[in-house]
Amino acid sequence: MLKIKGLEVKLEEEDKQILKGVDLSIAPGTVHAIMGPNGSGKSTLSYVLSGKDGYEVTGGSAALEGEDLLDMEPEDRAAAGLFLAFQYPVEIPGVGNMTFLRTAVNAQRKSRGEEELSAGDFLKEVRAKAKDLKIDADMLKRPVNVGFSGGEKKRNEILQMAMLEPKMCILDETDSGLDVDAMKLVSEGVNALRSEGRSFLVITHYQRLLDHIKPDIVHIMANGRIVKSGGPELALEVENNGYADILAEVA
Amino acid sequence: MALAKLKIDTTEARLADVVVPQGAAWGNAARADAMARVRQMGLPTKRDEYWKYTDPASLTAAESPEAALFVNDEGPLFENVDRVKIVFVDGFFDADASDDLSAEGVEIERLSDAMATDIHWAKDLYGVLETRGQTPVERPLAALNTALATDGVVIRVTGKAAKPINFIYLHNDTSSDAILHNLVKVEAGAEVTLLETGPAAARFSKQLEVEVADNGTFHHVRAQGRDHERRAVTHCFARIAANSTFKSFTLTFNGVLTRNECVLEIVGDDAVAHVAGVCVGDGRDFHHDDTVFITHDALNGESRQVFKKVLRNGATGVFQGKILVKAGAQKTDGYQISQSLLLDEDSQFLAKPELEIYADDVACSHGSTSGAIDETALFYLRSRGVSHDDARNLLTLSFLAEALDEIDDEGLAEELRDRLEGWLSRHS
Repeated sequence: MLKIKGLEVKLEEEDKQILKGVDLSIAPGTVHAIMGPNGSGKSTLSYVLSGKDGYEVTGGSAALEGEDLLDMEPEDRAAAGLFLAFQYPVEIPGVGNMTFLRTAVNAQRKSRGEEELSAGDFLKEVRAKAKDLKIDADMLKRPVNVGFSGGEKKRNEILQMAMLEPKMCILDETDSGLDVDAMKLVSEGVNALRSEGRSFLVITHYQRLLDHIKPDIVHIMANGRIVKSGGPELALEVENNGYADILAEVA
Repeated sequence: MALAKLKIDTTEARLADVVVPQGAAWGNAARADAMARVRQMGLPTKRDEYWKYTDPASLTAAESPEAALFVNDEGPLFENVDRVKIVFVDGFFDADASDDLSAEGVEIERLSDAMATDIHWAKDLYGVLETRGQTPVERPLAALNTALATDGVVIRVTGKAAKPINFIYLHNDTSSDAILHNLVKVEAGAEVTLLETGPAAARFSKQLEVEVADNGTFHHVRAQGRDHERRAVTHCFARIAANSTFKSFTLTFNGVLTRNECVLEIVGDDAVAHVAGVCVGDGRDFHHDDTVFITHDALNGESRQVFKKVLRNGATGVFQGKILVKAGAQKTDGYQISQSLLLDEDSQFLAKPELEIYADDVACSHGSTSGAIDETALFYLRSRGVSHDDARNLLTLSFLAEALDEIDDEGLAEELRDRLEGWLSRHS
């Protein structure tokens, strides 16, 4: 599904190398988790993959189902099936949540050469999916993320994911700012979307999210590289012993 | 002193050959009085504090600069609104193109007919609010309009008007110089919506005087046409009585020069006065100026000024807005916001927000900002599959939303929003 080879990235405006050769291959239908200490480059990886400005790729490649991602505009990456659930979802005053969702869904359908969803079909689908995430009619009407609590914002991200039906979902610290109940709700939303044709990359500091969204493979990232990969037990090791042991071991 | 003298001499020279239209007795007196005020004040120049950001030279020149005609492929606005159409072509009333001027709840007459009637309510309004609006800031171009208006319509609203009244201003002559003066008198408890659409002329001077009596309601929605080369100076003077509502919204596309002055006076308790505007301009030759002055002279008044401008490719936007709260106007709630979205570094927004308060129990706030498109929000939208241009347009509309929300009638607002979307997609 997603193939990253030797990806090297620096900040555009300063001479600071963030990613120093990331290799990662995610098979269809699998869930990968990336853990790592602050500043290891986890969020940068998610931004570079989704096309945020401010980064310069100095080497390597990233492809989604064989298509080179790095040359594409962010909207084309989305249409190709990539989705990033933001760590800090952006508030957009003046744009209704429902309008935003419909614009996004139809923009992607259009760029894939599919028919736009009719207002009725869209409404039916959005209501059903919102209900599962306990998003009420008021939240759908309000401007995008404006005045939403931390939990509401993250649920709204998952709703967008459910509506857009991407192939490759990247979750950037989706657990940050969530209480236990909200984390459970968000995880259930993610798990409901797990399918053979859809892969996930879950970026997190803590093992507890992985109790809910069970990964197939766990990677440890440090200093711009993936330094160790393993099964779910690797996350438990981090939880129990911290990163120090692992980092010392690979150093 | 020398400057003041020079200004008066220049004004005298400019007005030497000007002929004040003649009509009936009270009209002639009002015009003569207005002309005397123009002579005493002198025509504005860029040296005047009130014209610091906008050069009035092309508005005061003897000849109107030419303006190419523009064919609007979008068709006229408000076609599906059941309304009384009153058509002016290059500043002259066109009876054939207009609807029958009768509708339930309103009495509509041509200004010249009203002036030909010795005893007429219009006598107590024509140039009267304009004269009141000359202090504390002089507005000589408004007085000039009162003196020279060649046409216009006077409307008395006696009940709930059955349908909106739409002034349609057509521009068919590349060098037309139109001077219109309209009056609206909303009687106690009466209610009307006035629509104004179109560019009107190569150069357009327009004045609207509105009197809203107790419990009256006046809604005003205006769209100033898409002609690129037209110039306009417009004045709206309103006196707002107890428990009454005045709401005015203006949408401006294009135009070389637009100066919209709005002078509102709340004279009765518990009254509401809102004035809002959206302008979108593209290019170095776009200059748009909103100048607003709201006076609170009664208890518990509420006023709002909401102005938003989208500027690109070197366009200029100006906002001069003032809230004056007189002594005794307690419990006043005044709000003023003026914001610009600068789509590039060449465009500029010049703002002068002012508060002057002589009462101690009031809530007044004002804010003014200039900013670019929020890159984070832009990326967020694009990461969801929305194209760069669509995302920028969506964010632009969201920037304008607060001003558009000032239009109470959702249908009218929707139509203007559609036009804005059209403009944005053409100017991507």
